[in-house]
Amino acid sequence: MVNENLVKDVVKEPYKYGFVTDIETEKIEKGLNEDIIKLISQKKEEPKFLLDFRLKAFKKWQKMKEPDWAALGYKKIDYQDIIYYSAPKQKEKISSLDEVDPKLLETFDKLGIPLTEQKKLTNVAVDAVFDSVSIATTFREELAEHGVIFCSISEAVKNHADLIEKYLGTVVPASDNYFAALNSAVFSDGSFVYIPKGVTCPMDLSSYFRINSGDSGQFERTLIIAEESSSVSYLEGCTAPMFDTNTLHAAVVELIALDDASIKYSTVQNWYAGDEEGIGGIFNFVTKRGKCLGKRSKISWSQVETGSAITWKYPSCLLLGEESVGEFYSVALTNNLQQADTGTKMIHIGPKTKSTIVSKGISAGNSKNSYRGLVKMGTKATGSRNYSQCDSMLIGDQASANTFPYIKSQQPNSEVEHEASTCRISEDQLFYLQSRGIEFEEAVSMMVSGFCRDVFNQLPMEFAAEADKLLALKLEGSVG
Amino acid sequence: MQSKMKESDPILEVENLSASTDNLPILKGVSLTVYPGEIHAIMGRNGCGKSTLSKIIAGHPSYNITNGHIKFLGENINSLEPEERSQSGIFLGFQYPIEIPGVSNLEFLRVSTNARRKFLNKEELDTFDFEELVKEKLEIVKMDHAFLSRSVNQGFSGGEKKRNEILQMALLEPKIAILDETDSGLDIDALRIVASGIKKISNAQTGIILITHYQRLLDEIEPNYVHVMSDGQIIKTGESDLALELEKKGYEWTDNFIKET
Repeated sequence: MVNENLVKDVVKEPYKYGFVTDIETEKIEKGLNEDIIKLISQKKEEPKFLLDFRLKAFKKWQKMKEPDWAALGYKKIDYQDIIYYSAPKQKEKISSLDEVDPKLLETFDKLGIPLTEQKKLTNVAVDAVFDSVSIATTFREELAEHGVIFCSISEAVKNHADLIEKYLGTVVPASDNYFAALNSAVFSDGSFVYIPKGVTCPMDLSSYFRINSGDSGQFERTLIIAEESSSVSYLEGCTAPMFDTNTLHAAVVELIALDDASIKYSTVQNWYAGDEEGIGGIFNFVTKRGKCLGKRSKISWSQVETGSAITWKYPSCLLLGEESVGEFYSVALTNNLQQADTGTKMIHIGPKTKSTIVSKGISAGNSKNSYRGLVKMGTKATGSRNYSQCDSMLIGDQASANTFPYIKSQQPNSEVEHEASTCRISEDQLFYLQSRGIEFEEAVSMMVSGFCRDVFNQLPMEFAAEADKLLALKLEGSVG
Repeated sequence: MQSKMKESDPILEVENLSASTDNLPILKGVSLTVYPGEIHAIMGRNGCGKSTLSKIIAGHPSYNITNGHIKFLGENINSLEPEERSQSGIFLGFQYPIEIPGVSNLEFLRVSTNARRKFLNKEELDTFDFEELVKEKLEIVKMDHAFLSRSVNQGFSGGEKKRNEILQMALLEPKIAILDETDSGLDIDALRIVASGIKKISNAQTGIILITHYQRLLDEIEPNYVHVMSDGQIIKTGESDLALELEKKGYEWTDNFIKET
């Protein structure tokens, strides 16, 4: 048929970010034990409380079992075959960007994240993380004028130890799950954000995570604290080179919002997904959770998940404060042999709390895409409400989509609403658009972005345009 | 009748066209030539191949041409993609316009119009200029501006969908428009609006093929030729009075023609 031939003719756009930066790196030996953890802590010149935190987590991790409840199939990860610390070699102390290896700056340039003073993005501050370390953070002085702290977590450990000690692990305890425990033991770098009372962060903050080496894992840790009546919008992007081996990425993100504070956290995840035969790609096991501690506080997650061979990720909200609000807007797209098991947990603890879940899953090729979500109404969550909408779109006849909604209510005076739908891009729809002069590929991407509109509307402007393009690119040649 | 000498070259020539889907023959040697300024009506029982013929001319991928060819402005278009056919000036008005959730009607119309304009080496229109153009065209089908902000055909009534088709025709300014049962499901007022819209858009340079069951559309738009299809073939061609006769006598009357041919 015409369409099939067309699809075969379409040259697949290669993964644009698959290059490797040739740079001398400092790596420690493979494997995981107490000595390795002590070594990481020592390299980062950490205070004792943090080393204790790591060692305790490691002990817990050793007693835990890798979870197998997700609808994912992958070969067993050998945790002793991974390098837990890898950093580009550079001068001991870097006082300005001029001292950063030009190769690193060039790498981020190529990724569309210029860091140098002349070229840096004008309306967003960036923390650039390369393998295990943060390379640079832009606009620090400007942010400092408003009292906003935006730096790597390693730096925060040195300069703001009190805040780290007070909040680290309070949202996602080390014992939370297998991957969170692993991260707590070996986390390398990540971003730290502190917004003081009453401050609206003057610009968007963003972290860009780059995995460069093939045999080391990335275990970043992000902590964002929004004090009373403050607000911040934070963006996160991720890419990695193409290797034929799988790389483990196990991150932990903790958000804390106090009275009347609001945190908006947006992710565009585009880790290398492996090739068409499913060789290579990132194993992405991430624990993201926000705690709405204060009254009327709000945490909003939006994510566009297009990369990784395996995605296991459930950005969640603990709604403790009265009238606090949790939101989760997600687009997850899988193609070829990708597998995603993603969703959210909305735990309503305080009274009059509200949550909204909008999830759009798109499965193409031979991929598997599952939504898994929990909505829980606790005994004190009187007058609380949840609305969930989970839509799946299937492209082709080999892909699969699942929805696993869990609802637990211990409070009769609360409302939980769940809607779900599954659709398929039909030949008739494609023909209709084509018969109006719209090219096949554009027709597909129009329908996919139409399907994702509710979520894209939640993303910051530049991100939304980027996400749109990314989806179109990912789907190229996948409809037959 | 169609072979008589015309002054200009034909827009569309369907020559001895046979086509099948899933190895099931649907068209069995159809020939049809449309010259500029002509209006043709195709009538026939459900399942006789009328809609299939229109879809094949527009390039639907589900059908295989097994014999014959389709020429548009003298060029064989058998192997062109549907979008290429549309861009070059072939328009199919759908019997059942398709709903496309989430895609705004306005954006859809703009992308579509620009694809045609690009082909014609005309400047593509930005959102503002397109607004101007579309406003003017909305008049033709008496549609409210509010239709533009809704998703393509979603939640439209039958009549609204058909008017949206004619709006697209007005924007694309095709060389030939094949309108597949555009009159079905319309009340009398809507039928008049649609018919007057079609008349406004067509001119001495364009060709129109109306696929219909009913005389009432042909009362509004008088065809030059009426073709009767049966079992994948055109079994009789006449002038507009053939439709009137058909209305009186029913399709059973045409069964005799098969024996004649």
